[in-house]
Amino acid sequence: MPLLGMYSRAPLREGGGGIATEEAKVIGEQAQVGEPMHKKAGAVLIIGGGISGMQSALDLADSGFKVYVLDKSPSIGGAMAQLDKTFPTNDCAMCIMAPKLVETGRHHNIKLITNADLEGVEGEAGNFKVTVAKRPRYVDESKCTGCGICTQRCPIEVADEYNKGLKRRKAIHIKYPQSVPPVHCIDQDICIGCGVCETQCEAEAIRYSQEAERIEIEVGSIILSPGFEEFDILSKRKEYGYGKFPNVISSLEMERMLSATGPFNGLVLRPSDGEIPKSVAFIQCVGSRDRTAGNPYCSSVCCMFAIKEAVIAQEHAPGLKATIFFMDMRAFGKEFDDYYIRAEEEHGIRFVKNNRISGVNEDKNSNNLILTYIDEGELKEEKFELVVLSVGMNAPKTAKDLGSKLEVELNEFDFCKTGVLSPLKTTREGVYASGAFISPKDIPDTVAQASGAASVASCIIASERDTLVEVKEYPEEKDFSGQESRIGVFICHCGINIGGVVKVPEVVDYAKTLPNVVYAEDNLYTCSQDTQQKIKSMIEEHDLNRVVVASCTPRTHEPLFQNTVREAGVNPYFFEMANIRDQCSWVHMHEPEAATQKAKDLVRMAISKASLLEPLSKVALPIEQSGLIIGGGISGMIAALDLAMQGFESHIVEKESELGGNLRHLHYMLTGENLQEFLKETIDKVKSNDKIFVHTNAEIKNIEGCVGDFKTTISKNGEEMEIKHGVVIVATGGMSYDPKEYLFGQDERIITQLDFERMLANKEAKAKTVVMIQCVGSRTSERTYCSRVCCSEAVKNALKMKELNPDATIFILYKDMRTYGFREIFYEEAAKKGIIFIRYYDDSPPVVEVQDNVLKVSVPDRFLGETIDIDPDLLVLSTATIPSQDNERIAKMLKVPLSKDGFFLEAHMKLRPVDFATEGIFLCGLAHSPKFLEECISQAKGTVSRAATILSKKFFEANAVISVVDESKCRGCGECVEVCEFGAPELVEDENGILHSKINEALCKGCGACAASCCNNAIITKHFKNEQIMTMIDSALKGGEAKEEFEPFILAFCCNWCSYAGADLAGVSRFQYPPNIRIIRVMCSGRIAPSFILDAFHKGVDGVLVAGCHIGDCHYISGNENAEVRVKNVKELMGMLGIDERRTRLEWISASEGKRFAEVMTEFVNDIKELGPNPMNPIEQPTKPQKESIECPQ
Amino acid sequence: MQLVLLRLFLWGKILRQLGLTKKNLGEKETRPHLLEFCEGSGNLSDEFDPKIIGYLCNWCCYAGADLAGVSRIQYPHNIRIIRIMCSSRIEPSIIIEMFIQGIDGIFIGGCHPGDCHYIEGNYHTENRIEMTKKLLERVGLNPERLRLEWVSASESNRFAKVMKEMSQKIKELGPNPVSGNSPNLKILEQLIIARNAADDFRLRLLSGKAYILTEKGNVYNKKIEEERLKDTLEEIMDEELLRQRILSSLLKKAQSVKEIALDINCPSKSVLEHLVVLRDRGLVGLEKIEGSSPIYNYTQK
Repeated sequence: MPLLGMYSRAPLREGGGGIATEEAKVIGEQAQVGEPMHKKAGAVLIIGGGISGMQSALDLADSGFKVYVLDKSPSIGGAMAQLDKTFPTNDCAMCIMAPKLVETGRHHNIKLITNADLEGVEGEAGNFKVTVAKRPRYVDESKCTGCGICTQRCPIEVADEYNKGLKRRKAIHIKYPQSVPPVHCIDQDICIGCGVCETQCEAEAIRYSQEAERIEIEVGSIILSPGFEEFDILSKRKEYGYGKFPNVISSLEMERMLSATGPFNGLVLRPSDGEIPKSVAFIQCVGSRDRTAGNPYCSSVCCMFAIKEAVIAQEHAPGLKATIFFMDMRAFGKEFDDYYIRAEEEHGIRFVKNNRISGVNEDKNSNNLILTYIDEGELKEEKFELVVLSVGMNAPKTAKDLGSKLEVELNEFDFCKTGVLSPLKTTREGVYASGAFISPKDIPDTVAQASGAASVASCIIASERDTLVEVKEYPEEKDFSGQESRIGVFICHCGINIGGVVKVPEVVDYAKTLPNVVYAEDNLYTCSQDTQQKIKSMIEEHDLNRVVVASCTPRTHEPLFQNTVREAGVNPYFFEMANIRDQCSWVHMHEPEAATQKAKDLVRMAISKASLLEPLSKVALPIEQSGLIIGGGISGMIAALDLAMQGFESHIVEKESELGGNLRHLHYMLTGENLQEFLKETIDKVKSNDKIFVHTNAEIKNIEGCVGDFKTTISKNGEEMEIKHGVVIVATGGMSYDPKEYLFGQDERIITQLDFERMLANKEAKAKTVVMIQCVGSRTSERTYCSRVCCSEAVKNALKMKELNPDATIFILYKDMRTYGFREIFYEEAAKKGIIFIRYYDDSPPVVEVQDNVLKVSVPDRFLGETIDIDPDLLVLSTATIPSQDNERIAKMLKVPLSKDGFFLEAHMKLRPVDFATEGIFLCGLAHSPKFLEECISQAKGTVSRAATILSKKFFEANAVISVVDESKCRGCGECVEVCEFGAPELVEDENGILHSKINEALCKGCGACAASCCNNAIITKHFKNEQIMTMIDSALKGGEAKEEFEPFILAFCCNWCSYAGADLAGVSRFQYPPNIRIIRVMCSGRIAPSFILDAFHKGVDGVLVAGCHIGDCHYISGNENAEVRVKNVKELMGMLGIDERRTRLEWISASEGKRFAEVMTEFVNDIKELGPNPMNPIEQPTKPQKESIECPQ
Repeated sequence: MQLVLLRLFLWGKILRQLGLTKKNLGEKETRPHLLEFCEGSGNLSDEFDPKIIGYLCNWCCYAGADLAGVSRIQYPHNIRIIRIMCSSRIEPSIIIEMFIQGIDGIFIGGCHPGDCHYIEGNYHTENRIEMTKKLLERVGLNPERLRLEWVSASESNRFAKVMKEMSQKIKELGPNPVSGNSPNLKILEQLIIARNAADDFRLRLLSGKAYILTEKGNVYNKKIEEERLKDTLEEIMDEELLRQRILSSLLKKAQSVKEIALDINCPSKSVLEHLVVLRDRGLVGLEKIEGSSPIYNYTQK
């Protein structure tokens, strides 16, 4: 279908709104008069550009589909853009979201249609014709640079919605500083049309005559991700005094206050008088679990949201005490309970259980707020200086409109209706949903769903892959060979994250004085789209051939900046980063002077490396377009079926003799689905699909290779076979905990919830009195996590029991009822039907006894203040879901990490929930963490979407950072062949019969272990060359004035995957350590040649730390073992040279050991302080040691 | 001459008392016209002899005044006339500045509506004077000290009549409270605040555009309802006055929101709201945090 192809090349943004649309219309008409359409459209429309829409869009665009993102607001980003931090990692929301924003904004296959509404949809799945009405912005999208001069001069002010009214914005405005697209918009409702913006706009972007446009687009499927709306406290819950008492604020207002870009630059202030409150109360469930307000469901996120805000608020204002009043603490997600425990134990946040605060009173004089609550059975009154209402989620206001225009059904609360077994499908074929529009949910669940929705939306148009996409074309790379380095330096304030500690302008001034630096500037956010533009224009203007950004960590932001410089015609490897946030400002928060000095050092080190950088190009590796799925449970099967629909083959490896996994033990749902029938159907579909190869009774013996080119050996019924595949999906599932508590196994009346479900399904449960005990094996000191499903499962089975036997008496003994989302309604129903819920506490758990063959359960009820004794006929234990026993073995083989609870650990808890850090490996289902069936299905589909971004391409662009052999130096000793785990180097004979090494580019992973081991420095690891590392060591020492007191100067070599990440985590967690350390990033600790360490001492460093992954965890298998040997050798040499060997330290620090990193640093600095200055300091010891003798320790 | 020096000395003293420096006030504190006026018209008797300044447009009112002379029509001596090309030349901050310097009354004379030599200058004048009166009222100076009249080149009698009325009125009102050797510092401070507010770009812009927006149509070819514009203008006026009051308060010393609120007698909530705006404009910074009170200071941009 060439017509749509033409349309897709009529750029909506670049061509300027009006013109492009005219073209679009013409083309639309042509399409109508042209031939009738047979084929489907290889494009997807996404309605709502929040985090969900962006994730779907990026997945689809990366797997060969054209994507249109429609957003009603002038900028995409949705609710996440308003958040300050995210739980449970306390990552800065904007920091982790900005790269996605930027990528969505500039992806060549994604067209943003902002400030627009859906008008109508015609056609059917595969061929939708969508009409979109784009409201005028009165600003030309193609011309506006987002500079913001217009907003400064606009005379009309109004409360800023983005800042929840705590700030003002102008009539011409941009939603938030990092907005994508970075285009201003005039608010017609308040603009009086004075015309001043036009006179101020240098870019001549103002278009007062702009009119609403109608855009017609043709897509194969539609994804709805319009997000949510806040509950309307003002009109529906007046008793909280919101809008009446100034110091009652909503949780989103609190979020804006906490934000560095918010109204008070990150301070929490009482709106009534601008004072920092000493006490803050969070009231939970405002507009959630509240039938009279129309929201009987649970909003799922507010508990964690409140804990996070409490923790951050206390961090921002020392002396502030936060109290959270709640009914049940719903910390049901992965590692949420740990966060909850930390909040209580480490941060001292006060949690008051069992309380729904019904109203707020104000003390007129002080504007303090008076809350009445029950604690330990007593009615208490307490004053707070600030009250935060944890506001619930409603369906978006546009829901009804979307529902009627798209003819999709909504549920009774106007959320999108989807099924448990098809969680992403709406009632209309070809229209899918994701995110909070289906039910209230947090970001990781939303992102997993968004990927899932991308998969289902592309399954039906898989045949049209690559028909409408354009290949991204970069300008030709400039050739700088022979030129002097001309370095541009961009230093980020990161709001106040860096700028609040490090004196950024001083660092900028300093950078300007360094050799080869021709340009330096500071940015509020260097990662924002406008700064990206700025970098590009500065490259042009100053003819820069190298760029250094000093901001956060290269682990997250390097690709973004590399792409930016590439877009300006500069090879992406002419880019270097200095990590002055995670490893400087965040870890030296109370030492602004030292932090500024350190930032200068880090910038100088980066600049010195930058001037020695060389252009590199990537190697394209062919991709084996099939997948390996480990685990044949429902997640694995769904993944296989979706992969098949996407057109890719897959192998399911299941250790058991049949497929089905844990779903075999589940029988029914309260919503009526027959699970066993569903399972049978799914198994049949899997077995009959010719793209799916099922290997039951099979075990994985070995996995080698990398993304695009895995080779896995499995043993099946004793026979070994090899499978080649391009990606791996880990769906190993989980297991039910075998309880040791509550006399389980000693009395047949004591059973598990799964046993009970089976009895109910078979109508065998005859008990009169049933007691269920929750959290058996979950939320204990041994296993701190919540198993997520047990509360709802208990309610489900209790209701079923009541249905079968209405006279049965059922007690549920629980810690917190975590029936989140719409599951709350069943909890409510259970309570109505007379099921008795009794909360028990950790210090007084239920006691189970059997006396004279009578089963007795007694539990103290603090609400009534007495102990309740029950003699049940049946005691049902809600047992924990525990990780599969295979996880450890599989994790080792795949070289992927496990969480402390033994589940697989994803690449990023918030935004990459189904990816591993290692390219081409994904995870879903219970392998990730305990979850419900529908969540497993969504995640499984999500992995397919992520996998499709790789499998849909013929070639995978491998890393350009690899090692090469300088044949003229190579002596053919073969040491590199020994050291390499990937078989990349090989000894070959040249035409003269001389043996030398040759490295296979496709196999090389770029760790640099061979370069470190080479006895003649014949191996060059690109981007981490000896000279490049040496110059960093050199320049590290060139800064700072001599201090009166001895301050050790320590260099640390950290491996990219574990220790450097650990150092970043120390930053993210704000673990403070002494600022004496300068970190040099290398890909692997095995890269560290003894000469680096000795050279450092020779130049006067007081201590050297080599940090790598724990033994066994090395990303390059055994790099750290090599490091261990080399450090040992170095220590011996040091002894010979008269340097105390304690000055060199080797540590294994993982990516999750931020705390440990800080501790090691502190300890090491103290040790060196005791040892005193390096005796080899060149000032005191002018004689040079024999260098040759130390370069080759072997 | 001595009087001028005394006046200048006092002026400096006042500024110091208010914690102001010449730099803060911009360039407008010296008006040669006024100084000379002060010198030339010292009060010779104890009786209050108002000092009135008249800004007359070249084409109508000034000609009218000339005609009054040619026709030997008598009027009180209190007025000193300054010729300007069009009445629209006079901006609100100049008027307020003159009151700051102690003038008792100001008269603006322009052509009748429709007769303006520059087509619609006098419509702008009308809007500006109206705005100035509102500002004066808000800071506690009787707006009747300011009078705008349309006087044509032939209305010599009318000119004399207006002069008589004006002189009489000012006599009734008494001397400008900030004039003389013991000016009312409160009102003086408020006048400076009003002058700075009038200089704010939002007010200047809107008062200048008001005529076009309401009569001719805005950039979208729509006429703005007069009421709506008036409301908007008054709202902005109140906001800018409050912001200037906050700045004026911070000029004296760094303070917390509560202290500012007490100083300028305004709810803390509004002070905080506007402090956020001033901080965004780079005029206010956070100096330190004392206990639970953030202390803000005035930062020169």
